[in-house]
Parts: sequence; C-alpha cells; structure tokens
Amino acid sequence: MSIWEYANPVKFMRTSGAILPWVVAGAAACTVTGLVWGFLTPEDYKQGATVKIIFLHVPAALMAINIWLMMLVTSLIWLIRRHHVSALAAKAAAPVGAVMTLIALITGAIWGQPMWGTWWEWDPRLTSFLILFLFYLGYMALWEAVENPDSAADLTGVLCLVGSVFALLSRYAVNFWNQGLHQGASLSMAPGERMAAVYRYPLYLTMAGFFLLFLALLLIRTRTEIRRRRLAALLARENRA
Amino acid sequence: MKALLIRDLRLATRAGGGFGLALAFFLIVCTLVPFGVGPEGGTLSRIAPGILWVGALLSCLLSLDRIFALDFEDGSLDLLATAPLPLEGAVAIKALAHWLVTGLPLALSAPVFGLLLHLPGPAYPWLVASLLLGTPALSMLGAFGAAVTVGLRRGGLLLSLLVLPLYVPTLIFGAEAVRRGAAGADPMTALVFLAAITLATLALAPFAAAAALRVNLR
Repeated sequence: MSIWEYANPVKFMRTSGAILPWVVAGAAACTVTGLVWGFLTPEDYKQGATVKIIFLHVPAALMAINIWLMMLVTSLIWLIRRHHVSALAAKAAAPVGAVMTLIALITGAIWGQPMWGTWWEWDPRLTSFLILFLFYLGYMALWEAVENPDSAADLTGVLCLVGSVFALLSRYAVNFWNQGLHQGASLSMAPGERMAAVYRYPLYLTMAGFFLLFLALLLIRTRTEIRRRRLAALLARENRA
Repeated sequence: MKALLIRDLRLATRAGGGFGLALAFFLIVCTLVPFGVGPEGGTLSRIAPGILWVGALLSCLLSLDRIFALDFEDGSLDLLATAPLPLEGAVAIKALAHWLVTGLPLALSAPVFGLLLHLPGPAYPWLVASLLLGTPALSMLGAFGAAVTVGLRRGGLLLSLLVLPLYVPTLIFGAEAVRRGAAGADPMTALVFLAAITLATLALAPFAAAAALRVNLR
C-alpha cells in the first residue's frame, strides 16, 4: 500500500470505485446529521440564531485552506515523480476548493451583516481568503488554457508552488496593513476559551462531514478526469487508424 | 549576458511602443482618478499613495507579455534555451531589461505624478525609494507570469489574473511605506519588508520562470 501503486490508473480506478460509496455515505451521514444537529442547537445569548452559521462557515474555511495544501502536495508529487493520477487529483480538487472558499466568504458576510454591521470588512482574514479565491481562479483558468495535458500539469504545478508562497506571504502581509475584526481560532483547546459543548460536538461532526464530502467529490472528479483522458486517447487512436 | 541585456534594451527602445507606453499609461491613470473621485485636494492627497502604487503596478503589467512573447514567436527563445547561458540567467536578464524600461522610469518620474495627485510633501523621497525597491519584484514576478503564459493564444488576460494576486504583498508594503511617509511616521519597517520581498523574488523567481519556460518550449 503505497501511493506509487496508484500511479497506475487501473489500480486507482478499482480501489477508488470500491471505497467511493462508503465515502459518499459517510459524507452524507456526517454532513446531514451535523447540520441538522447544529440547526437544533439553542440560540446563543449574544449572537442569537446567527451562531448556527458556524456549522457551515468553519468547516468550509477549514477545507478551503487544506484543499490548497493538498493541491500543493499533489503538485509536488507530480513535478518530482511524474505521478499522473496525482496531477489529475490536483486539477480535480481546485474547483471544490474554490467553492469552499466562496462558501466561507458568503456565510461570513451573512453572519457579519447582523454581528459586525457590515457585509464586508477589509480585515486580514477576510482579505487573505479573497486572495486565496483569486489564486484558485487563476489556477483553474491556467488548467483550462493550456492544451497539452502534461504541460498544463507542469505549469499549474509550478504556479501552485509559487502561489502557495505568495498566498502565505499575503496572509501575513495583510496583518501589517490593517487590524483585524475577525475573531481568532474558533477551536481553542485552552480550558477557559473552549466553545460550549452544545456547539462544539455538532461542529466536529460537520468538519468531518465536509472532509468526507471533499474526499467524495475529489474521488468522483479524479475518476471523471481519468475517464476523460482515456476517451481522448481512444479518439486519438481512432483518428490515426 | 551583457549582450543579451543590450539587445533587449535596444529592442524595447527602438521597436516602438514598449518604452514610453508604461509611462503614458501611468499618466492616464493619474489623470483619470481625479475625474473619478472629484478634484478636492484633501481626498486626493489621502488616496495618492495607493493610486500611485496601483498605477505603477498596472503600468508594469501592461508590457509583461512582451518579455518573452516576441522571442517565442521568432524562435530566438529556443536559441536562448540551448545557449551556454543558463535559462535562469536569461530570464533574470530579461526581467532586468523590463525593469530598466518600465520600473526605473516609473520610479524616477513618480514625483511628477505625485504632484498631480497632491501627494503630501514628506512622502516624495519615500515614494521614489519604495518604487525603486519594489518594482524589481514586479518585473521578476511578471517574468514568471509571462513564462507561464508564453505559449498560449489568449495569454494576456490570463497573465493578469495569474500575476496580480502575486503582486499583493509588494503593493501592501510599498503603499504602506508611502502612506507612513506622508503621515510623517517612520516608513522603514515597510521598506525593509519590501526589500526582503524583492530580494527573495530576485533569488527564486528566475528558477520558477525558467522551469515554466522549459515546459513551454518542450
């Protein structure tokens, strides 16, 4: 069991096909249970019903960052070892990451309107998420623009490396530029700052659900990409004959 | 390396369009802004540092696709790639040539544009200093973007989408230095960060750009 075995698309298709139904079922179970449970939690004494937005906002924001990290790792694996499935996985993950970033931004705006009194504030966290969204857009646009699939994988891989450095740099540069309105980390382990258990457990569940949801979407999209590659190869062979 | 630099500078100054265009574009941006926000001196002098930096950034962007596109079309880029000079070196030289014809004139003429926008007096030295320190990073990152998009038919629009997010840290520190200078505060912290970004891109961006060029020349 090593990732190099899955450089073989047949092997990847077989394994991913076998685990996909379980991942989909797990994602559906965790997300639905977590969100319904979250919806039924009591209202916060200060935030009222808007506290329930956290069950969408925090998992989406968590995945938005981690999907970019995953793309960075898969791009590196592709650039170093020419692992084709890895490159396709990076390609498949990007739109999911972009949507997660968008969900985090939109739910943040919906929460911010009643709580901060503004839809949008040029706060470091918000701004760096907007920049992350721009990086996702550029990355996807580059995949679309380059015709040769190997060149596209190479160029987007290099872009992902450079983009990671600058996304991180922007994340800390914006601190210098403006003071924040956004609260710190949502899940602190320090005893006094811990979120109340009624909110914490459904949040853990939705976080697991969003992770499984991403995994399911990633597997489906990677399988689609592999099939598309196969189709292109078959068509090319047909045209030659 | 010197020959390549001289050749690129000659092409940029004589082949028309490239050299003065960035400055003219900068002038137009600085002329349009007062139409947009109104002519009151107070408002203008408050937003001047940001406008000047954004204007410089956009003028830099304008000529980026020329760094490699012409050489790619007539095949001299293939010759450069096979030349004894490492491709990283060629990229660095081409970015330097781009900076000499856009960034440097922009930085030196920026005080004139600052006058147009009522930039407060104490900010002028910092404006020039921050542009001198920051624009090499813009050219270097731009060379990376140009290298990524060189083979594409509609690369121009994509180039701006790829490069502009990379410009964010440079813009933040550059504009912040001028703003602090204008307010009479100490802009050194921002300038130091700006210099750090420029030095890091000088050291690293040629490798990324050369890697992208090799893919596109394959």
